[in-house]
Amino acid sequence: MLRVQIASTMAMTETTCKDPVIHNHWHAIAAIEDTGSHVHHTRLLGEDLTYQASTARDTSDSTGDHEFAVSRTAAPDKLLPVHCAYGYIWTCLGTPAQPLFTLPEYAESDRNNVCACSVGVRVSAPRAVENFLDMGHFPYVHTGILGEQPHTEVREYDVEITEDSNEVIATRCRFYQPQAAAGANEGMLVEYVYRVPHPYCSILYKSCPDDESRMDVIALFVQPVDEINIRAHALVSVIDATSAPLAIRMFQQTIFGQDKPILENQLPKKLPLDPRAETPIRADKSAVFYRRWLSRQGISYGVIPAAA
Amino acid sequence: MDTKPDSSSDNNHYWHPIASSTDLTPRHVFHGQLLGRELAVWRADDGNVNVWENRCLHRGVRLSIGVNDGRELVCQYHGWRYANRTAGCTYIPAHPADSPARTICNNRYPVTEQYGLIWSAESALPATHNSASVPDIDPGFLNGSITAPVADGDLNTATIRALNTEREIDAGRLLVLRPIPVNATIDIVSTVLQSYGYIHPLSNTPVHCAVEARDTYRHTTQVTPLTANDCIASNANPPAELIQLHFIIQPVDSARSVIRGFMSGSSTIEHPTTWLQLHNAALSQLRIVAEQQMQAIIPPAAWEVSITPVSESLAKMPGISNAAATTQRVVVRAITDTAKDIKSVEMAAITGDLATWQPGSHIDVLLANGLTRQYSLTNGPGQTDHYNIGVKLEAESSGGSSFIHHSLKPGDVLTVSPPRNNFSLRRDAVKTLLIAGGIGITPLLSMAKALFHSDLPFELHYFVADNSHVAFKSCLDEFGKAANIVTGLDPTETNSRLQQLLAHYENAHHVYLCGPGPMLDSAKAIAEAHSWPDESVHFEYFKNATEVSQDKPFSVALARTGITLQVPAGETLLSVLRNNAVALPSSCEQGACGTCIVDVIDGTPLHQDVYLSNAEKKRGNCMMTCVSRALSDSLTLDI
Repeated sequence: MLRVQIASTMAMTETTCKDPVIHNHWHAIAAIEDTGSHVHHTRLLGEDLTYQASTARDTSDSTGDHEFAVSRTAAPDKLLPVHCAYGYIWTCLGTPAQPLFTLPEYAESDRNNVCACSVGVRVSAPRAVENFLDMGHFPYVHTGILGEQPHTEVREYDVEITEDSNEVIATRCRFYQPQAAAGANEGMLVEYVYRVPHPYCSILYKSCPDDESRMDVIALFVQPVDEINIRAHALVSVIDATSAPLAIRMFQQTIFGQDKPILENQLPKKLPLDPRAETPIRADKSAVFYRRWLSRQGISYGVIPAAA
Repeated sequence: MDTKPDSSSDNNHYWHPIASSTDLTPRHVFHGQLLGRELAVWRADDGNVNVWENRCLHRGVRLSIGVNDGRELVCQYHGWRYANRTAGCTYIPAHPADSPARTICNNRYPVTEQYGLIWSAESALPATHNSASVPDIDPGFLNGSITAPVADGDLNTATIRALNTEREIDAGRLLVLRPIPVNATIDIVSTVLQSYGYIHPLSNTPVHCAVEARDTYRHTTQVTPLTANDCIASNANPPAELIQLHFIIQPVDSARSVIRGFMSGSSTIEHPTTWLQLHNAALSQLRIVAEQQMQAIIPPAAWEVSITPVSESLAKMPGISNAAATTQRVVVRAITDTAKDIKSVEMAAITGDLATWQPGSHIDVLLANGLTRQYSLTNGPGQTDHYNIGVKLEAESSGGSSFIHHSLKPGDVLTVSPPRNNFSLRRDAVKTLLIAGGIGITPLLSMAKALFHSDLPFELHYFVADNSHVAFKSCLDEFGKAANIVTGLDPTETNSRLQQLLAHYENAHHVYLCGPGPMLDSAKAIAEAHSWPDESVHFEYFKNATEVSQDKPFSVALARTGITLQVPAGETLLSVLRNNAVALPSSCEQGACGTCIVDVIDGTPLHQDVYLSNAEKKRGNCMMTCVSRALSDSLTLDI
């Protein structure tokens, strides 16, 4: 009977991406440090890919973009575009329409950059991004870490879409956190800034306990395995000389592990863009902007477009 | 059957079983599915069974992974609370100061509990449907062998049915079979059921049953009792009755079904465990046959289910929505004396369910003598089948309280407004202080019940003249040490007690005050003196005791309507607006309830209400049209 169910699931899921915006975007597929010279397999936008560290490295290329070979499994001789950035290998199934967004903090020499995890989740990419933008769930899903009852209020914050870079930016986001920093004894309001520079990627800036003038960075790069399956890749970039990469990984994996069962229980799995499909509240301002922003770009992959 | 069976006909109130009664264990949420649609099925502590769309309205998270706290269902993702019975949202933790819009209400499906099974139907209930008044399942189904008596006009028939089913099961007259899930279409399952038979446990020989199909879903046959004692007819004993065996196929999805069944009809069914085992074995065999037959066909696509869009107003990020548009009719169920001169009045819906309320809500009661009065609800969480109010006989009653005390009787019909909430309870306080004076206990009682049920820290201080004035004593007793009754203090002593209670403000502490005007005024002053911030001090006046001046005339420009009106001395702004066909909702019309609020664009209002906080009054960008006027010669309003 398993055969029957798989067959019917397959029939419902489109195998390839017909969304030109998503098709021509860069997508992260794996952490550089996890990729060796043997053949690795993954899926992107419903297609099987193979990738490996190139055996013949072109050492004259200072960008390092050609250190990895990525191709469709079905067409191993035709290499796909590759870009190495922010600790991950990025590729594009079509023709990259625009350069990958910038994350200048990654290059700052005193930062501890950690590829914290790559977690498979049975949900669409936009649902995962929306969860990343959401503060209201902290006391319920990340209890005792990112939030704690009874401190559940989401205070007013600002959201805008930047003219120049076409990103969703949420600022002045404040939330009560029980243990904002290692060694903190009591809770405090922590301030966040969120960026959504890519339909399937989001970056969180959080006040840094060690240096008031700078922000810690946590980035989510979602790999759309298909419309309703993802791998969520996390980059943590902190100014923290003391925390070992292992501790950072454990922390981030705990957070993603807590989100996973919630995301996998969202119905429908694709993000509905019709404003009447779900009930937003003021706390969901960033999600409301994000959904409109996806609609305006004509995104159709991983979403249920609003009826025209 | 590739097409969904019920969607093409108007027969979408066909009852299907979705769970066994025993699946709904206390504080559990059962994940059901019917005709492709997922359902969250849960029983509240009062026995009521809720069948809801398995989706939180907010972000679509399954409610079957939520928490059944006995009164409300709490979503795992953001802690939204949905009330037993009405499925209305009662609390949104991200905005603790706001009451959720009344229109945030989950999709509900019809439910009845009979024969040890929970039954539901395909089409969602309209918001006004009375969940208790569902029609009976096909009465001919059991040839009249078991019928659950339904008390006429009883408002909790679902519970009664549940109890009767339990009684039948306890008495051994009803045996609910274990459900068998089958990955096959209803048609295939229905066909294989025709060949139902089992191995007789005593003779070890196959017994074939003549199965009669009433329709695709319902099948009946008869079996003989198992033991000699049951079936040997002698001259002394009449022949034992045959046992009726009923199968019902639950259409889960296009290629998934559950065979449910029960046995009934004999005066007692002996050896229930043996019966359960042999049917289990026989049905498991049928499952293998049915699933083999499925291999031969192309599996049908899963049935599509539509998700009902939320109302347009909700899609636009609602703020606080309290406008009362409709009224509801209720019948007085009970009137009891709860203290000297205080009656407790319980009202139930006549048709449909009552609109959802939250702690702090009040209703307008339209009395038969033409008066309208506001009363706070005293209900606890999940008590959604009635409204309860406390009414004090006022010495100078102009007819409201005296009508309720002297003329109202059980069975009388009243018209009430849906609940409005100007006194929302935040549940994000580290500690909540509730301070009541006299009849001001009523909204605070509802708050205390909610806090108590959710284990949130609170103290209730109830100031009364003497013990004979203590209302709702038995409720207060439940709170144990959290409730403190203070008797016999004069105004000076009351003040010094309030000084003690409000001496220390700490972060995220909140105080709620309700009582006579002078007590509230001094409590507010004391709180301010002890550095309680405005947003931590919540109060509700019974009435506006401010001397309202109507001396000075002024003009008012309506920015949206584009007209200018004169408000003469002696007439209110609200009545001038009304006379000029500018419709504005209002309720108390004495500056206490906040219903008739409008935004002020230009000019300086003369605030004469008790609804707005001092900070809001200072800002001067909104006003109550029923009592407030203008300090400037003219005002410009955003209407």
